[in-house]
Amino acid sequence: MIWAKEETMSRDEIEALQLERLKETVTRVYKNVAPYRRKMEEAGVKPDDIRTLKDLSILPFVTKQDMRDNYPFGLFAVPKDDLVRIHASSGTTGKPTVVGYTKKDLDVWTECVSRIAAMGGATSKDVAQICFGYGMFTGALGLHFGLENMGAALVPSSTGNTEKQIMYMKDFGTTLLVATPSYALRIGEVANQMGIDPAKDLKVKIGLVGSELLTEAMRTEMHKLWGEDMLVTSNYGMSELMGPGVSGECEHLCGMHVNEDFFIPEIINPKTGEVLPPGEKGELVITCIYKEALPLIRYRTKDVTRLIYEPCKCGRTTVRMENLDGRTDDMLKIRGVNVFPSQIEEVLLGIDEIGPHYEIIVTRKNHSDILEIRVELAQAVDAYRKLEALEKKIKQKLRVVLGLDAKIRLESPNTLQRFEGKAQRVKDLRKEV
Amino acid sequence: MFIKQLSVFIENKEGRLQDVLDVLKQEKVSIISLSLADTSEYGLLRLITSDPQAGQKALKEQGFSAMLTDVLAVKLAHQVGKLQEILSYVCKAGLNVEYMYALSNKDNEASIICKISNGDQAAELLKSNEVELYSQDDIMTIFA
Ligand SMILES: [Zn+2]
Repeated sequence: MIWAKEETMSRDEIEALQLERLKETVTRVYKNVAPYRRKMEEAGVKPDDIRTLKDLSILPFVTKQDMRDNYPFGLFAVPKDDLVRIHASSGTTGKPTVVGYTKKDLDVWTECVSRIAAMGGATSKDVAQICFGYGMFTGALGLHFGLENMGAALVPSSTGNTEKQIMYMKDFGTTLLVATPSYALRIGEVANQMGIDPAKDLKVKIGLVGSELLTEAMRTEMHKLWGEDMLVTSNYGMSELMGPGVSGECEHLCGMHVNEDFFIPEIINPKTGEVLPPGEKGELVITCIYKEALPLIRYRTKDVTRLIYEPCKCGRTTVRMENLDGRTDDMLKIRGVNVFPSQIEEVLLGIDEIGPHYEIIVTRKNHSDILEIRVELAQAVDAYRKLEALEKKIKQKLRVVLGLDAKIRLESPNTLQRFEGKAQRVKDLRKEV
Repeated sequence: MFIKQLSVFIENKEGRLQDVLDVLKQEKVSIISLSLADTSEYGLLRLITSDPQAGQKALKEQGFSAMLTDVLAVKLAHQVGKLQEILSYVCKAGLNVEYMYALSNKDNEASIICKISNGDQAAELLKSNEVELYSQDDIMTIFA
């Protein structure tokens, strides 16, 4: 089901609307937000210089650092009194990034999430269980209001107490699950331990997973646990921009439809900042054109993707952004080679003899990086040669994908840490030395 | 003909062997014989027990990777050259001994546990050479 008529507008209509909203936003931030005005003055740009959508490229970028420098409310375009909600993202390094919403911002957010939920197959008939941690994190409340707005029955069970989560799923007839991919795996695993087969004994047929990258291998793993007929979609967003709701996959699983009447995506060369032609891969930059409290302009997401403008089989005309290979923030440099943990995940999840949980440990010894990967045996083995053959198989597959040798540590089932929120599977111990 | 060996994967970490033995003790599964070799990272613990099925179930529940493996329990007379004789049958038939360890040593006989490639053929071969094999029931009644 297509939620809003804006999702099927012609390119001309979309662009006309975008230009109108962009001009309004730029004028407003120039007037109300001192750091923006300074940046624009330094770049020699005035709001009136924005005459076409192409002129977006003359505006300066905004980065996460700008948000930190203006902590907490320095980039806000409305008086504090107008705020009705404040969220913050956990700052592992330095100050957290703070985001605020007016009443209208919350309505827009809700609209955006209803759209991506509809893309992912949700309807008013669904019983939707939100297994995201509630709190300062935007994921849980974003999905909560978007799904409630749609008319679905909300089960705000948050994270933790996994047995009870499964009891709710069974007794309430939950049909839609919101969780990180790793928590969805964990729930499935605990259900199995309780003697419940999620694919047969539960009614969950829709998975709106997020807050963590969904690799194709992980999607396959989800199907193995939750059933082949489950529609598992990923969606994209970040608290700086709003939270979940920037874009989402439809049932055709061919990239994520961007809510273009609210966000303008661009792809740039991350080194030069130059805008790349449609279809090319580069860093995603997003401009919020319909937000009151925190309308970030040309926000550098650090995520690498490409934009697909061809209309989709689902009938939507909005541009799609290709699913991410990995997030730049998560990238590891090992012996000079760039490695996304998601690449390692794709390899490991494709090997049946080991389970879907893993841990990546990077250390440094004698000026050389050592990549070590802990995995769990999924099938019992009774011969050393079989263990050695398995180790060798994992190593070879990793070498093909990464061009690196890794040390494999086989472990018993259930020894690695499980996660309820965003998984932390990488331990880079080099920084601590 | 075959008996069930319990094979358990254990990381080379302090306390893991102890954990396995604790689980078996809790289940009142007694150990008749065991063999443990290790590499620097992990080891395979091979056990002949009074109740391999119960042992496997309990270990799996506790998160161990445990399986049952068919092995031969070969009765050997206490005589010089007896083991060598048996191995020569196996070798001549082109079979390999993957591993072996002692099962028991009492009265006038010793016995061993053998894992031989192509177990069915090995069992037939030994029987045709009048080598005695213990059954699972024998293990329970004689050794447990
Ligand atoms: Zn579509």
